[in-house]
Amino acid sequence: MTPRPFRVKRTYAETDDTFTLELEPERPEEGFAFAAGQFNMLYAYGVGEVPISISGDPLKPLPLIHTTRSVGLVTEALRRLKKGDLIGVRGPFGTSWPVIPARGSDVVIVAGGIGLAPLRPALYHVLRNREDYGQIALLYGTRTPSDMLFTKELEQWRGRFDMDVGITVDRATGSWRGNVGVVTRLISRAPFDPHNTVAMVCGPEIMMRYTVMELTKRGVPESRVFVSMERNMKCGIGLCGHCQFGPSFICKDGPVYPHDVLTPWLRRWEI
Amino acid sequence: METIEPLLAEHPIFHGIDPKYISLMVGCASNVRFNAGEFVVHDGDKDNEFYLIRHGTVALDVYSPTKGPITFLTLGPGEVMGWEWLVPPYQTQGDARALDLVRAVKIDATCLRAKFEHDHELERELLKRFVPIITERLKALTIQLLDVYAPRAHKSSF
Repeated sequence: MTPRPFRVKRTYAETDDTFTLELEPERPEEGFAFAAGQFNMLYAYGVGEVPISISGDPLKPLPLIHTTRSVGLVTEALRRLKKGDLIGVRGPFGTSWPVIPARGSDVVIVAGGIGLAPLRPALYHVLRNREDYGQIALLYGTRTPSDMLFTKELEQWRGRFDMDVGITVDRATGSWRGNVGVVTRLISRAPFDPHNTVAMVCGPEIMMRYTVMELTKRGVPESRVFVSMERNMKCGIGLCGHCQFGPSFICKDGPVYPHDVLTPWLRRWEI
Repeated sequence: METIEPLLAEHPIFHGIDPKYISLMVGCASNVRFNAGEFVVHDGDKDNEFYLIRHGTVALDVYSPTKGPITFLTLGPGEVMGWEWLVPPYQTQGDARALDLVRAVKIDATCLRAKFEHDHELERELLKRFVPIITERLKALTIQLLDVYAPRAHKSSF
C-alpha cells in the first residue's frame, strides 16, 4: 500500500489536454513488471492519488509510461510535473487484456478517444507476436483529428500490410480527408471472422455499449468481447469498496472484463 | 452486350435479393463517376436518385451559418447514398461531394417509383433494405450528438 517513489524522466503533450509521463523508479533494483491492460495508482504528492492505465510496452516496462487526460485536480497536478519531479506509484493492479487466450484468433481492437492508451500495450504484444494471431484490426475514433493520440505510431501501423487500421472522427475539422462518423461504423467494414475473433474495447462507457452491440450484431460472442471499465478506484486492492460494481470490485476483478460478465449490471442506474 | 446488372447484383444492399428484382431495376440504373471535389448532390435538389457507391469516398455536409459546411458522415464502397427519394417531397437535405474519385451506380428514383406502382413486392423488398440503413445512420448520429469524447462539464475528482 506504500507508494514507490518514481522520478519523471520525460513528459510531453499528446493533444491539448492529454499528456504522457515517462517515469523511472528511484530504486531500480526492485524492478517493475505489468501485463497489458493493468493500471497504477499515481500519487501527486500533496494533491491526491488517481488510477491511470499503463500505456507502455509490457516487454519494456521501464521507463513506466502513462498517458492520461487532465480532467481534475490530481491529473492537472500530474500534467504540470517536470523532468526530475518525484511521484508515488502503487501497482500494477487489476486484470489484463486476453492477449494469450486470443492466440490463434483474429483480434479486433476498438478504441475511443483516450481509450487507445490502455489498449496500446495489447497492440504492442500482438504485433510483436504477429504470427500467433489471425487478422488484426485497430479501429479508432476520436472527437476531432487533433484529439488523436500516438499519431506517429498510428501512421506506422497504417503503413503495415499485416494489420488493418480504421480511423474516424466525429467532427471533421481543417484539412481532414479521412472518415467521418462514429467508430462503430468501422466495425462492419473491418476484415475479421466473427466466429473466431477476440475483441478488446476501451473508451467512454456509452461508446463501448454501442461497440459491443455492433460486434455482437456481426456475430462476435459477448464472451469474446472484452471491455475496460473505469470507476472511482481508490485502494486498488478491493478493500475500500469505492469501485464496487455489482458483485465485483473493478480495481481487483477488472478493469478488463469479458462483456457477458457485466451485462446483467450495466443498465442498472442504482449501481 | 455488357449491362449494369452485375454491378447492381454485387452491391451489398442487394445481397441475396431475387434476381428478378435486379432485372426490374436495371432500366433505372446508370454508371456514374465524380472527380475529387465534385458535388454529387446539392442541398435542396429534388432527390430523384440514389447512389450505390462502388469506389471512393463521399462526404455528407450540412451548412452552418456560423461555421460553414460541416461534414457529419463519410460513405465508402459498399454503402448507399440517398434515402430522401423514399418519402415526399423527395428533396435532398445537405450536400454530398466526392472526396476522391468516386464510381457509383445511380438509380433514377422517379423511374423506380413508377415501377413500384405496378410491383408492390419490389417496393417492399427495397424498403426492407433501406429501413435498416436509415435506422443505423440515425443511431450513429445520435451517438455523435452525445459527443462522448467531450471534456467533462464538471471537474472530476481525478
